[in-house]
Amino acid sequence: MTRQMTGARMVVQALKDQGVDVVFGYPGGAVLPIYDEIFQQNEIQHILVRHEQGAVHAAEGYARATGKPGVVLVTSGPGATNAVTGLTDALMDSIPIIVLTGQVPTFMIGNDAFQEADTVGITRPCTKHNWLVKDTDKLSTVLHEAFHVAMTGRPGPVLVDIPKDVQFASGIYTAPQKGGSRRYQPQIKGDLDAITELVAALETAKRPIFYTGGGVINSGKAASQLLCELVEATGFPVTSTLMGLGAYPASGKSWLGMLGMHGLYEANMAMHGCDLMINIGARFDDRITGRVDAFSPHSTKAHIDIDPSSINKVIRVDIPIVGDVAHVLEDMLKIWKSRGRKTNKEALPKWWAQIEEWRKVDCLKFEQKGSIIKPQHALKRLEELTKGHDRYICTEVGQHQMWAAQYLNFEGPNRWMTSGGLGTMGYGFPASIGVQMAHPDALVINVAGEASWLMNMQEMGTAMQFNLPVKQFILNNERLGMVRQWQELLHGERYSQSWSESLPDFVKLAEAFGAKGILCSDPDDLDDAIMEMINYDGPVIFDCLVAKHENCFPMIPSGKAHNEMLLGDASTKNAIGAKGAVMV
Amino acid sequence: MSALQIKKGATSHSAYNLRSTFSDVEERHTLAVVVDNEAGVLARVIGLFSGRGYNIESLTVAEIDHTGHLSRITIVTTGTPQVIEQIKAQLGRIVPVHRVNDLTVEGPSVERELALFKVEGTGDKRVEALRLADIFRANVVDSTLTSFVFEITGAPEKIDAFAELMRPLGLLEVARTGVAALSRGGL
Ligand SMILES: Cc1ncc(C[n+]2csc(CCOP(=O)(O)OP(=O)(O)O)c2C)c(N)n1
Ligand SMILES: [Mg+2]
Repeated sequence: MTRQMTGARMVVQALKDQGVDVVFGYPGGAVLPIYDEIFQQNEIQHILVRHEQGAVHAAEGYARATGKPGVVLVTSGPGATNAVTGLTDALMDSIPIIVLTGQVPTFMIGNDAFQEADTVGITRPCTKHNWLVKDTDKLSTVLHEAFHVAMTGRPGPVLVDIPKDVQFASGIYTAPQKGGSRRYQPQIKGDLDAITELVAALETAKRPIFYTGGGVINSGKAASQLLCELVEATGFPVTSTLMGLGAYPASGKSWLGMLGMHGLYEANMAMHGCDLMINIGARFDDRITGRVDAFSPHSTKAHIDIDPSSINKVIRVDIPIVGDVAHVLEDMLKIWKSRGRKTNKEALPKWWAQIEEWRKVDCLKFEQKGSIIKPQHALKRLEELTKGHDRYICTEVGQHQMWAAQYLNFEGPNRWMTSGGLGTMGYGFPASIGVQMAHPDALVINVAGEASWLMNMQEMGTAMQFNLPVKQFILNNERLGMVRQWQELLHGERYSQSWSESLPDFVKLAEAFGAKGILCSDPDDLDDAIMEMINYDGPVIFDCLVAKHENCFPMIPSGKAHNEMLLGDASTKNAIGAKGAVMV
Repeated sequence: MSALQIKKGATSHSAYNLRSTFSDVEERHTLAVVVDNEAGVLARVIGLFSGRGYNIESLTVAEIDHTGHLSRITIVTTGTPQVIEQIKAQLGRIVPVHRVNDLTVEGPSVERELALFKVEGTGDKRVEALRLADIFRANVVDSTLTSFVFEITGAPEKIDAFAELMRPLGLLEVARTGVAALSRGGL
């Protein structure tokens, strides 16, 4: 179906045709025609953020919590440059978002016009793909293609830059085509020979492990279900990266907990000692591998990934399988069942017995005593008091993020929103707004550090305006805690600039926005205070004053191997060698 | 699959030269990349190389199919086999890229480059330059009483060799197009 309309109307029409119901944005001169169209309709809700970075993170949170793409609309120049951090964040974590930017009119491009920026140039390396549309007739096709590219294959952020004259001009609108003639069609089905080879390895493995990542979540709910089926049927242990938490339930009996730099002892030791590693939708990130030449030295490695460039990038694998996780797992289960559902029945109990030994180390233990709340304790209580709820967790970046990953349990996919690859302080609060938009009745909590939270605190206005009852659970150590921890371990306890000075009174801050503020500093008051937060119908800033110098363990220091983990303060002296010190 | 990934045509140099993807020896590869001829596509390719720290030894680009809006980018790069594999996979990920062919491993191929050389000299040097140009089958495309511009086509090594010979004879300027390459034989 084709119709004549203005470019601005096409934008709104394309969003409707793509099933978009919410857009996060901020207006400006170069997008006024589109805002005018938004004004004249009711199907798409526009959430006015308070900073464009917030819009992008909100869209990321929305996307991650729904599996649908998040949409952002911002103006040219500063609007576009403010979106860059969020785009990079989404690229690193493979989050599908569509960012629409206004641009100066085509006849002024290149003249250093007011609020002109080379948006496609600036965002070329931080998008999966981007377009500058110079012709209204091409606009609708590009917009549909943008959704297709963002959602197909390895998901990611895309950007469409729309000059103002293109918004004003009339052109032909084309509705999205089903399946269509689109050329961009990454490989979805895995190679059956390779999958069979993996099944054969699985049948005889003595010490197997599933190492799962964000790709399982991105592949959709079916992938998580298939993963659970495979894990239950084989009885193999399973660990996950930060990005993959929830794909296999934390209450499942094969769950080892998160792996990596701040992963669990048993998970990292099992990775180090396994003889078959099955990487499903993870990318051997440096937070996972530690020292590459000492990474899991005695294992056969299989890698399932939709992105061929992830395979053999960091770690050389023996069985590469390019394909979508759900499709490959389905084939894998089918082949394994048809070959008689074999596993190595003699060896597996021994492997589990070894894992149980590692578990006895109880690497997450801590002691809550005295009058100061330990951050780990705060999270344990939060877990306990919220676990029955329809709960979504976001985080900022720092120690609190790692503790949240360690002490909170995720029972299903899409319930954990965190900035993994880029580690963006300021991600969590706006992300929680996006999640709450997607799930208005759910309990949405952002586990925050006081420093990260301040980076996008302006979004309190957004939360209030749209009645989004997001809970900001701030573990306030009055420190840039993770920076302080590294300075302690690496820089002779010289705490350069890692104090959070001149912090606001968070309760008064909440009240200034018309929200609720709760201050808690006494372990005895903690449960009541958390309940008060949960039960309050509206946004809450929970200022939880916690121990200031707590370190996050376990920790694999940079440049060390999985079996060289630090478990507690006693073992930290000179933990990071000169070689590790140059790494981040 | 084993660590030795033997690809079709991998034995182009010798029947015993089985490439290991995991060798640490740097290799020189010629890649042919067919892309949509759209704004910014070259920037995407070059940005990939600079952003990820890969080498570009030579790069040529021109439209090859006007109605289909296709351009062909020929890139000569160096790296260990693992890096070369990464480069190909990363190129393949760029949305407007249609296909990536590694002419170095996919069978025999021909490579040609065109170069212009400006040589200034009189007397014996001028005569010698002209004699060598003849041996290399270079054409004279401009001449004055004291200078020549030679045009030469050939494999990059031939052009390197010609440059070495011209240097002592008064070489002033060189312009090279970079490599264009095609596989030998039919499809
Ligand atoms: C935008 C940005 N700037 C700087 C950093 C480096 N950084 C990582 S963690 C951290 C400290 C975070 O402090 P806080 O939010 O209070 O969390 P805590 O570690 O204390 O729990 C910093 C500065 C970052 N990740 N992101
Ligand atoms: Mg802090």
